[in-house]
Amino acid sequence: MKTYKILSILIVAVLLLTACQTGGTTGKTDPIKVAILAPLSGSVATFGESTKNGAMIAVEEWNAKGGILGRQIEVVVEDSQCSADPAVNAANKVIDQDKVKYIIGEVCSSASIPVSMIAEEKGVIQISPTSTNDKLTLNADGSTKGYIFRACYNDSFQGVVTGNFALTVLNSKTAFVLSDQGNDYTIGLADSFKATFTAGGGTIVGEETYTKSDTDFSAILAKISEAKPDVVFLGDYYNIVNLVMAQAKEKGITAPFIGGDGWDSSDLDLAAADGGYYSNHYSPEDARPIVVDWVAKYEAKHGSKPDALATLAYDAANILFTSIQNAGVDDTAKVKDAMAAIKFEGVSGSITYNNLHNPVKAAVMLQVKDGKVSYVSTVNP
Amino acid sequence: MLTDSPPSLISNTPMNSTISPPINRLFQRIIKQGWIGKGLLILLAVVVVTYIGGKAIKSPSLFIQQVLNGLQLGFVYALIALGYTMVYGIVKLINFAHGDVFMVGAFVSYFAVANFGLHQWPSKLIPGIPQGISVLIGTITVIVLSMVVCSIMAVTIERIAYKPLRNAPRISALITAIAVSFFLEYFGSLRFVFTNNFVTYKRPLTVVTWYIKDGFHQLQSGAEAPQGAILFSNIFIIIVVTSILLMALLQFIVRRTKIGKAMRAAAFDKQTARMMGIEVDNIISITFAIGAALAGAAGVLYAIAFPQVVWTLGIIPGLKAFVAAVIGGIGSIPGALVGALIMGQAETLGASYISTPMRDAVAFSILIIVLLIRPTGIFGEPARDKA
Repeated sequence: MKTYKILSILIVAVLLLTACQTGGTTGKTDPIKVAILAPLSGSVATFGESTKNGAMIAVEEWNAKGGILGRQIEVVVEDSQCSADPAVNAANKVIDQDKVKYIIGEVCSSASIPVSMIAEEKGVIQISPTSTNDKLTLNADGSTKGYIFRACYNDSFQGVVTGNFALTVLNSKTAFVLSDQGNDYTIGLADSFKATFTAGGGTIVGEETYTKSDTDFSAILAKISEAKPDVVFLGDYYNIVNLVMAQAKEKGITAPFIGGDGWDSSDLDLAAADGGYYSNHYSPEDARPIVVDWVAKYEAKHGSKPDALATLAYDAANILFTSIQNAGVDDTAKVKDAMAAIKFEGVSGSITYNNLHNPVKAAVMLQVKDGKVSYVSTVNP
Repeated sequence: MLTDSPPSLISNTPMNSTISPPINRLFQRIIKQGWIGKGLLILLAVVVVTYIGGKAIKSPSLFIQQVLNGLQLGFVYALIALGYTMVYGIVKLINFAHGDVFMVGAFVSYFAVANFGLHQWPSKLIPGIPQGISVLIGTITVIVLSMVVCSIMAVTIERIAYKPLRNAPRISALITAIAVSFFLEYFGSLRFVFTNNFVTYKRPLTVVTWYIKDGFHQLQSGAEAPQGAILFSNIFIIIVVTSILLMALLQFIVRRTKIGKAMRAAAFDKQTARMMGIEVDNIISITFAIGAALAGAAGVLYAIAFPQVVWTLGIIPGLKAFVAAVIGGIGSIPGALVGALIMGQAETLGASYISTPMRDAVAFSILIIVLLIRPTGIFGEPARDKA
């Protein structure tokens, strides 16, 4: 009995000692740690893969040039599954355990917004490549969060782009709006589309909601059939779009569908989505040299053309690293000021931040037709 | 169940009260015979029927359309519910992993069609065979393949996970079932198994839609359906026909073959069945196999109807099929069919006339109501005393 007591006390003591880590010397050649939070599993796994690929290309390029401020970049990747709880857990882990001060992530607004509250509180800079919901960079009282940025335009702009496209290019007078009642992204997009469409003289003939786990949309499609709108707005992710549009074709609904950047994925069912339009951040058919270079680089490494998520992640990473370089110190208070003042030429357009930490940049409209996605037009803010 | 209960054996007059006005007796009778509860339920039923009836009369084609959609869903749930109910009847275990067997069936058929082109083997083997026959044989092959794979998997699960716990308390087997369910889901979500993406299912056949409006027409692809037409596609026909065939086959097995007789005997009383010379272990394995085969077929049919497969595919349909089996009386085969059809109708009519997010609330409320009125389910038998 006595030996067991001594043994157990010894074990506990050893464990406690190993748990106490000394602060360590903060040498000037220590790597700068950056975290990537992306949905590597779940309903939008392709988004996460692309985001990670895009950001990693930026990291490798900077490390090859000697790193930032002479220090190499060390990356911590966490799977945040496009939802709030895993994202919050991942953020807490990287900030508290890995001592990361810069986060590139998340993809989905519903995950980025909770992470931004943690980052803002702890003074960690977060730049989201693709979260478009307006609330990401704003506090509850409407003031701008100091440490949070994004590399993409926001939902209000996307809604305006799609609304105007429906009114002017598709000549629609009536629209039917669908949204997922539990997803901030779709609700934000739907609201801003509705505002633009009605302000431009259109009428919303119906609105329906569904849930993320629905597979049978026959009830909603029957209502759409009855209402006969000129265009149907479906601003959701590609997995829902695949199901809804496949069933719509079977039910003989010929109205074109229009949506947002959530459609952009290699897993989008091009046969089902045929005849649909969506707004996106960039098009690989853009002729600017920086785009051509980027497409070639990505294709050489990953064997396929980069989608908007990879591109925005690449831009987000570059914006972050350039801001750190411009600030001259690894201090988030200075870096955030450098980022707010940056003028950056990215693949997805030239980026400057307005006072809401939203970039002022253009959107492209793409069309799905005959088994491929083609570029229709660019819309400037 | 909505008629008056048999007269109470206890006198309504309280023993030690000297004054018992008629109004007291009336209150006591109301409370004892649960008229308030039954009254509320009758009122609810009347409200629902008038509401839906009114809407149905206004646009009958929409109502019929939704009934057809509900039938399609109901038959798929029926195939899954049969597995739940047969397994419960024989080993009194709720096999939570059954929904994931359904998911595996869907994925097996996806790989067969997308990677191996199995649905086209007749045309490759016998060129010149008419397209319709080739597609039919190909689809049947894919379904049979899923059924076989799922049966083998279910028997393996039963031997490894459930058999050692046959004599353990029932809760251990229940927990094991839940664990097997999680194992199948998360193992399936691994990249080298099924991937965790939402995979677009490649159908083994092309969809053809017909509509009934002033006669029978075919909807050309890309054309618009006229107002008030009732649409149905060859998917609907395949699902209904396949389900009915499979259920008829099951009924034949259970009622007309020796194995079926053994299954019924083992479900009634396992000890006595053993004494009569029935190999109960084998019969239990066969029951699992048949249930899983039906679930595998259901998986293929569901994936053909809603062309997207993902590792979480089995969770919600599995849950709804379990609820359907409970509504119909768990342990009873016709109960599973009736319960599933009720669930299918409740879901689609609820989605159509109330709202899509409310469809699950409606479907599960029916479960609560049925269990309140008839706790053992519609066709369920009350627990027997084994003398």
